[in-house]
Amino acid sequence: MFSLLRSMWLVFLHMFHKRDTYQYPEHKAPLPARWRGRIALTRDPDGEERCVGCYLCAAACPVDCISLQATEDEHGRRYPEFFRINFSRCIFCGFCEEACPTYAIQLLPDFEMSEYNRQNLVYEKHDLLIPSQGKYPGYNYYRVAGLAIKDKDKGEAEQEEPPVDIKSLLP
Amino acid sequence: MDITFIIAAFIAVLATLRVITCYHIMHALLYLVVSLLAVAVVLFTYGAPFMAVLEIIIYAGAIMVLIIFFVMMLNLGLETAENEKAWLRPRIWIVPGVFCFVLLAELLYLILQNKQPAAGIQIVPPKQVGMALFGPYLIAVELTGILLMAGIVGAYHLGRQHKKTLHRFLENNLDT
Amino acid sequence: MINAWWIIGGVLFALLNTAAGLIWLERRMLALWQDRYGPNRAGPFGLFIVLADTLKLFFKEDWIPPFADKVVFVFAPAVVVASVLMSFVIIPFAPGIVVADMNIGVLFFLAMSSLGVYSIVLGGWASNNKYSLLGAMRGASQMISYEVFMGLSLMGVVVLSDSFNLQKIVEAQRTVWFVVPQLLGFLIFMVAGIAETHRLPFDIPEAESELVAGYHAEYSGMKFGMFFIGEYLGITLISAMVVTLYFGGWLGPTFLPPIIWFVIKTFLFISLFILLRASMPRPRYDQLMEYGWKVLFPLSLLNLLVTAAIKLWLISE
Repeated sequence: MFSLLRSMWLVFLHMFHKRDTYQYPEHKAPLPARWRGRIALTRDPDGEERCVGCYLCAAACPVDCISLQATEDEHGRRYPEFFRINFSRCIFCGFCEEACPTYAIQLLPDFEMSEYNRQNLVYEKHDLLIPSQGKYPGYNYYRVAGLAIKDKDKGEAEQEEPPVDIKSLLP
Repeated sequence: MDITFIIAAFIAVLATLRVITCYHIMHALLYLVVSLLAVAVVLFTYGAPFMAVLEIIIYAGAIMVLIIFFVMMLNLGLETAENEKAWLRPRIWIVPGVFCFVLLAELLYLILQNKQPAAGIQIVPPKQVGMALFGPYLIAVELTGILLMAGIVGAYHLGRQHKKTLHRFLENNLDT
Repeated sequence: MINAWWIIGGVLFALLNTAAGLIWLERRMLALWQDRYGPNRAGPFGLFIVLADTLKLFFKEDWIPPFADKVVFVFAPAVVVASVLMSFVIIPFAPGIVVADMNIGVLFFLAMSSLGVYSIVLGGWASNNKYSLLGAMRGASQMISYEVFMGLSLMGVVVLSDSFNLQKIVEAQRTVWFVVPQLLGFLIFMVAGIAETHRLPFDIPEAESELVAGYHAEYSGMKFGMFFIGEYLGITLISAMVVTLYFGGWLGPTFLPPIIWFVIKTFLFISLFILLRASMPRPRYDQLMEYGWKVLFPLSLLNLLVTAAIKLWLISE
């Protein structure tokens, strides 16, 4: 009996406590920098797309919201022909970010994506691409990988030696 | 004759007729509630407000709720209705039917005897009811009290739970 | 005669608005006690949430399940509002402002609240749904049992004031409010009142964590709205009854008119109801019944007995 009255009194005292609510549209809750929100495709320091169209993100996605088609430019550099994310399906789990070998796909701390039309939540590549390097500035996949692309031949990458000429007898 | 009385009496008679003719037992019980409420209004118009309110509290509010409560759990469907139809042969209903007709005739006779309408309605306040109950009718009140006491003791005896020393799962194991 | 119609219309208007306003009040108060804000967007202090809620209820699909008993299903929600509104007939809001000045006022209140059981029982039964039926069963037994204690606890007040008439009961409290000599009766009446309106510590007929929504699980649209309004009207009714019976009704210092005193006291008790909702856990069903029959019932009988004995002794002195 006494404990009931005590709990009532304690709840009553909450009247004078500070309220915990963020008044959302006016006051936004501070989000951590690694908050997993909207998915974006980042660019490398040269301003090119980082995505190499390996399909790993699409394979990792538990809800199958990512679809893409890889293609190559005339110099052999791979890039996605289209890259489409259906955000009405996305659960912001971040698996695609972990799966990505080139740090191209990254989750931003932006979650305010409400739309009146469901179709507007299907983001195409030009909606996803951002002019930024995201969480890994300075990283350029093609500058560390031994692949020959335009302006860079094999062996010219960072921490890479020129390829051994197997037809030569010289050491 | 008061117009309220006529309307209430009419509703009471109609509802009671529906109680008898209604096929669905739940609907029949609801009509019985309506009939009781209408009778309460009749009592009210004839100067017995205490009686009217008691009729609502006890009959409509408690006893009928209990009956509905039990009917609710019986799950009576079409099958039981068919069963009852099979049981209802003339041999069974003819004697009670005759008795009912005798009662009806008696009632009609008594009603026709006294033709002048009730004059000079006298309102009986609750205080007067109390005085009457604990004055001239004291013995009836005490007898009812004893009856109810017996009922309560019986209910307690029936509903008493023996204290279990063994858990019920273990009990089942002992049997097998 | 015209005056009587004005009073009826005024009381009806005030009550329905209060019931609607309580939607807002309850949500704001609960939010206050849970360190939140509650509805504060629509209109000043979020008051228009009432309007929005009502509109929403009106425009929702009014669905009758095909397996339900249609007549009873439609009939049940009307009973709850009707019975509670009928009870308000006898409450004296201020000297002279009362719809029906009956000499059996308290009994009429008990009669009407006993009819309120039907809405739950019939609603639960007509829905033809297991959970609804369970809710209806619980509701019926809870309300019938607690009505007994409610009536018995009231009788102490009746003994003290010599009347069933609520106006006379209020007048009898000029010297001292009945909460002082009838503290036990007041507490029992309060508990029974919460159980009778199946408000939150005792909301086992609709216990949403066990029975989906209990007896009104199948209801939607304005039919659900009727149950909703009925519940809020029930809170208002019990608060108003507590104020009239134990806290001196319209009586108060003269710097405010009597009706304002009545409204202030009633709203204090409504807030207490909401505080109870904010702070109490729900008891188990058998605990509730046991508490009623083994604790409240003997206590209320004792209260009545002692009150009557003291009254007789005072008269004989």
